[in-house]
Amino acid sequence: MSKKLLFVPLVAFLALAAVFTTQLVRNSEGDDPTKLESVLIGKSVPEFRLEDLAEPGKLYDQAIFKGEPLLLNVWATWCPTCYAEHQYLNTLAGEGVKIIGLNYKDQRDKAVGWLNDLGNPYLISLFDGNGMLGLDLGVYGAPETFLIDADGVIRYRHVGDVNPRNWKEKLEPMYQQLVAEAK
Amino acid sequence: MKKWFIALFAAMTFSMAAQATIEVYEFENLQQEQQFKELGNTLRCPKCQNNTIADSNAELAQDLRHKVYEMTKQGKSKDEIVDYMIARYGNFVTYNPPFTVATSILWLGPLAVVVLGFGIIVMRSRKTKKIATDEKWDQDKEQRLKALLDEENNGDKQ
Amino acid sequence: MIAELGHFALIISLAMAVLLSILPLVGASKNNTALMNSARPLSWAMFLLLAFSFCILLWAFYTNDFTVSYVANNSNTQLPWYYRLTAVWGAHEGSLLLWVLIQAGWTVAVATFSRGMPQESVARVLAVMGLISVGFLLFIILTSNPFLRTLPFFPVDGRDLNPLLQDPGLIIHPPMLYMGYVGFSVAFSFAIASLMTGRLDTAWARWSRPWTTAAWLFLTLGIALGSWWAYYELGWGGWWFWDPVENASFMPWLAGTALMHSLAVTEKRGTFKAWTVLLAISAFSLSLLGTFLVRSGILVSVHAFASDPSRGMFILGFLVFVIGGSLLLFAVKGAAVRVRGNFDLVSRENALLTNNILLMAALVVVLVGTLLPLVHKQIGLGSVSIGAPFFDMLFAWLMIPFSFVLGIGPLIRWKRDNLSSLAKPMAVSAVISIVLAGLFNWIFSDYFVFMTYLGWLMAMWIVVLHCFELYERATHRHSFFTGVRKLQRSHWAMMFGHIGLAVSIIGIAMVQTHSIERDVRLAPGDNFQLEEYNFYFSALRDKDGPNYDGYIADFEITLDGKYINTLHAEKRFYRTARSMMTEAAIDRSLTRDLYVAMGDRLDDNKSWAIRIYYKPFVNWIWAGSIIMSLGGAIAISDRRYRFRKNANKQEA
Repeated sequence: MSKKLLFVPLVAFLALAAVFTTQLVRNSEGDDPTKLESVLIGKSVPEFRLEDLAEPGKLYDQAIFKGEPLLLNVWATWCPTCYAEHQYLNTLAGEGVKIIGLNYKDQRDKAVGWLNDLGNPYLISLFDGNGMLGLDLGVYGAPETFLIDADGVIRYRHVGDVNPRNWKEKLEPMYQQLVAEAK
Repeated sequence: MKKWFIALFAAMTFSMAAQATIEVYEFENLQQEQQFKELGNTLRCPKCQNNTIADSNAELAQDLRHKVYEMTKQGKSKDEIVDYMIARYGNFVTYNPPFTVATSILWLGPLAVVVLGFGIIVMRSRKTKKIATDEKWDQDKEQRLKALLDEENNGDKQ
Repeated sequence: MIAELGHFALIISLAMAVLLSILPLVGASKNNTALMNSARPLSWAMFLLLAFSFCILLWAFYTNDFTVSYVANNSNTQLPWYYRLTAVWGAHEGSLLLWVLIQAGWTVAVATFSRGMPQESVARVLAVMGLISVGFLLFIILTSNPFLRTLPFFPVDGRDLNPLLQDPGLIIHPPMLYMGYVGFSVAFSFAIASLMTGRLDTAWARWSRPWTTAAWLFLTLGIALGSWWAYYELGWGGWWFWDPVENASFMPWLAGTALMHSLAVTEKRGTFKAWTVLLAISAFSLSLLGTFLVRSGILVSVHAFASDPSRGMFILGFLVFVIGGSLLLFAVKGAAVRVRGNFDLVSRENALLTNNILLMAALVVVLVGTLLPLVHKQIGLGSVSIGAPFFDMLFAWLMIPFSFVLGIGPLIRWKRDNLSSLAKPMAVSAVISIVLAGLFNWIFSDYFVFMTYLGWLMAMWIVVLHCFELYERATHRHSFFTGVRKLQRSHWAMMFGHIGLAVSIIGIAMVQTHSIERDVRLAPGDNFQLEEYNFYFSALRDKDGPNYDGYIADFEITLDGKYINTLHAEKRFYRTARSMMTEAAIDRSLTRDLYVAMGDRLDDNKSWAIRIYYKPFVNWIWAGSIIMSLGGAIAISDRRYRFRKNANKQEA
């Protein structure tokens, strides 16, 4: 056995330490190890038939996502972070950003009341009471926001609230790009 | 064994992540029930992340359990159901990792240890064998050695 | 005021540890007796100050001093006094203090029981142990101080101890584990001290052995306790989840087992020195790695203490210093220590080495399986989960050759043996094992599962061969009963250790494949039939505790009409923590557990969701670990390790 072999354990350990350091640095910069990436990026919005939130009986399907780039915001009244992001969504809607709302595993009357009280930034509000569209979208918590292009293909999934900072840094540039593509 | 009717889901409030939800499902045969149980222990809850969907109290886990139940009753196989979940939640959702180039080290790593280790053992013994045969050794010495060893057997075996 | 005393004692203890890590080392290299002699008193000073500090924290908990943040976060006036005391190690800061106290405890133990060792070695070993304490004490004082105050405003009552921790099993689980983790630092220090001098005679192995065995023993018990606790407390009937933190405790155990056996070879035959040194470094390094994984927030896990990345950075720095430093020392000085062993392909050395390799393969399985998700995500390949299906399969495969070699190992001679002399005992044992395994499997299982039969087969193989070896050894020069009485304790230790493993294998094989679990809807007055057992829901009562409100469901169990037991399953709502806990009720016996857990009240307001389990042979898993630990205890009590006695005898 050559002498160099004795250095193998040390080298292996230092490689491991490098992996840990990288992860710790990322964690301290706000990286969340529990965040999951979406496997639906590049795929079309799954097929669905859901009712309008305020008007039961009025049905929509995945065709509503075709035609122009849209945000799909998954929210619920039992979700405190959704409450926090709601005002900013109103602001964005006011600026012309097109958002469709997906009310996820919630109670209809509470949801409608909430939108009446806090303002409604959504072009269309879908009611996903049993969460099955959420399951097809790979939703694992609220709020989540999807960026969907003009062809109805999912291009990005954002976990957590939408706020001025992440809108400016990440989401707006992407949205603008989708708008430019659509032209 | 008596069969019980399907019960409505028991909603757990104020629950700790580690406490299992106990719901009642009905199946047509033992095989379906076993498949359901196996899947419950293979699929991971994307919300709590530290439990299988069988052990998690999260509503999402409940939804996933219900979906697995539905698909099992429809006669779908274990693989089909796992693939369905992976198509929506990614490989994260199953505790059974896929075999890809990146994950191959899971199996190749220990294999390499075993192969390398045995390789060293065999090579070492060949080297010492070579050294031994270089010296003068013959039947006579071998017999004397054997006799000696047998005599000292007990102490040596420790 | 009192908490500040505790804080102060910590700082002085750190000073002692710093002196301990420097002075004796300087003394050893300069051959200065006075400096070398300072090691023992400094160790005692460090330990006593830490013990004092720990007692202060105990006192703060006992007297409900909520001006101390740690107490406020983990205790409550309604918490019973015994849980108030054990809450000390219920979270990050206090458990670290326990760790460093145990570290100091092992240091004084080495200081006390090392009279037979040369002064130079003792000085070096204690200095290295002191250095480890320095790292932990710095970590505590700088980032995880349990004595911080909540003043000027302090809560009237505390947040209460996590209800999951309000349990006797969980009181002793952490201390046992830490005794094990920290205990490996002794073998580590011995190895480092020897590398420093470049001299590794077999005496080093002989001194290290009892310490390593003791640490291994505690770790075995600690892990078994955790597993047993999870089984009866968490309500899902499982006993091992391959959670990253469980894996973090299992890895040092695997390395420690390999180390124990490798030390045996080094002591008896003088070979494997470099390998043993590497294992000694690895076992403790893995303990430290476990600490890092649990407390840095880097892995998603059930057990992980809530932590921030800055704490993680500190521990990582400590890890790089200790592990990196020791591996560097090994790389540079290891060659001086290597001995070219001279043994045949078929020899006990190689049998032990084979199982060492298999243990290392198992270690790699656990290590890669635990860390790959992290790396996989980091390099941008997305998330992947690795859990029970993977680990169970790999361990099953590795166990097969492992059990095979374990069975024949004690029969193989040192240095050289040939397969022909082993062929007959192996063949006969194979036949007996196949038959016995088939018999037991048939008696105790309703239907045939190959893996279960394989488990029985592996266990029988080990037991039969060990009995054969016992007979051979005992009857070599005497009649059987005389011979048995003359057998050394180390031989009994080996038998207990290996047969303990066989017992655990049977438990695992049976419970993994033949458990039955039913979730049913039952109201008081209902019956449920599981296999031959009938469960009668006789009553539902109110039962409140000091800090919880609860219900008890009584179940009468009969077997074919004959009464067996009444189980009391509980549901508790802990008021302060606002959490719901299920206390399962278990009827234990040698061949099976019957397990009842309450779910929720169902919407007709009368019936409850009840989970009923049938768990065959599950207690054999922990019985096996106790038997293994007993083996360890017997090994330590062997007369060969009583240095002082022998030394005195010689002088007399």
